[in-house]
Amino acid sequence: MPVVMDADRMGRTLTRIAHEIVERNRGVDHLALVGVRTRGVPIASRLASRLHDITGRDVPVGALDITLYRDDLMHNPVGPQPVVRSTDIPFSIDDRVIVLVDDVLYTGRTVRAALDELIDFGRPQAIQLVVIVDRGHRELPIKADYVGKNLPTSRAESVSVRLAETDGRDEVVIEKDPGEDAS
Amino acid sequence: MNADTTRPTPAAPASPSDGSPIPANRLRGKDLVGIAELSVEEITLILDTALAMKEISSRPIKKVPALRGKTVVNLFFEASTRTRTSFEIAEKRLSADTLNIAASTSSVVKGETLADTVHNIEAMSPDLLVVRHSSSGSCHFLSRICRAGVINAGDGMHEHPTQALLDAFTIRERKGRLAGLKVAICGDLLHSRVLRSNLLLLTKMGADVWLCGPPTLIPAGFAQSGVHVTSSVDEAVEGADAVMMLRIQLERMLGGFFPSLREYFNVFGMTQDRVRRAKPDVLIMHPGPMNRGVEISSDVADGPYSVILDQVANGVAVRMAILYLLSGGAEHEAVA
Repeated sequence: MPVVMDADRMGRTLTRIAHEIVERNRGVDHLALVGVRTRGVPIASRLASRLHDITGRDVPVGALDITLYRDDLMHNPVGPQPVVRSTDIPFSIDDRVIVLVDDVLYTGRTVRAALDELIDFGRPQAIQLVVIVDRGHRELPIKADYVGKNLPTSRAESVSVRLAETDGRDEVVIEKDPGEDAS
Repeated sequence: MNADTTRPTPAAPASPSDGSPIPANRLRGKDLVGIAELSVEEITLILDTALAMKEISSRPIKKVPALRGKTVVNLFFEASTRTRTSFEIAEKRLSADTLNIAASTSSVVKGETLADTVHNIEAMSPDLLVVRHSSSGSCHFLSRICRAGVINAGDGMHEHPTQALLDAFTIRERKGRLAGLKVAICGDLLHSRVLRSNLLLLTKMGADVWLCGPPTLIPAGFAQSGVHVTSSVDEAVEGADAVMMLRIQLERMLGGFFPSLREYFNVFGMTQDRVRRAKPDVLIMHPGPMNRGVEISSDVADGPYSVILDQVANGVAVRMAILYLLSGGAEHEAVA
């Protein structure tokens, strides 16, 4: 179970991404962060606090649960429905630059769902994408604007971003997926 | 199944530190016939899912694509405004295709049996049927003969599970829990399916339930079910966290259960004076339709403790949760 990013490195990565966000947007006016549940949300909060450290300004943070927008929801007649959690976007997204935050970018299907859901909340000026790990294997024409680490993987592997808030510690690990042989 | 780490996996629910029940990850059956068939974990799953659904109704575009391509038939053999509207709005907010059939405009008036009516509808492949019928047990019967999922929207004097779930959601939303709360339910206990569902749900979730009504409207057997039964409103309301008023169902009353509506109001009606015996932050609830001046006075119904309209708003969220949870496969785990 190789660790490809430890806590120190993850901290530096988030700081670097925060600086890139400020540089690219020439500040943080009209900016808002939206984390994709589950792990995108704490990452978005951490980025918000770094953006505050850099610019002295507060950037609003929202949470998006994309379950009801998944493209596989009604294509799987057996099996239970995935658990839905709350979406919470306590600000207008109209004319803001929305920085969407997720842990791993893989097929791109989550991001597709997140884009569709965001558009139902209004018309942002732009949407940018932050991911901690881009592991390749895209199935949709989607690309991240800010990437913590590009990690070439095989489909038989799985990449887990673990966070202190949800998993007790910060690290990124790559492991052989035990479920892969079974299917 | 190919592990897609970019999707939020339904993570194992973290054990809540406040001792609240851990939700199930699915409903076991294809139907929602009654609260009797649900476990504490399933009830918690429905209430938690409803919490997520509630936010959708506050969006600029109040619609999510979750039930795209699903057909839901609302089959109402008995009058309903609130429940039918609530189900229809819930279905539309989930993008399901909906169809309403009212008994008065259906072949039922030509003498078709319930089973034949439903078999004919099922031949057109609906995914879910929402059924209200004046016969107790009709939904249970339909759930056995239908391939589609059946949701009970009220069957005779048996159960009205979605009403009890939205009542529980409303209490939990305001009080943060159900366990340990004193809930008084007052009114026509005999004819009320809302009462039966609420009684089952609240006792399952650990609430302290007090029932109150005229002795002629208290069915035998309730006293043995571990709840408090009284004909004194003051005793039932004393220190209550929530008070649910039930409608006097004149249309179901064949005999003389009490001398007059006016006397009923004087003895059992919920007035400001009686509400003062409850906790200061008591919730006053009513499943509707209200008979003002019979079971509840207008100043209580419109008063600061009244959550009657919150109940209606929450009904949409709870029904969205049930429609969503029942539209997945329930019997087996996913096989890739």
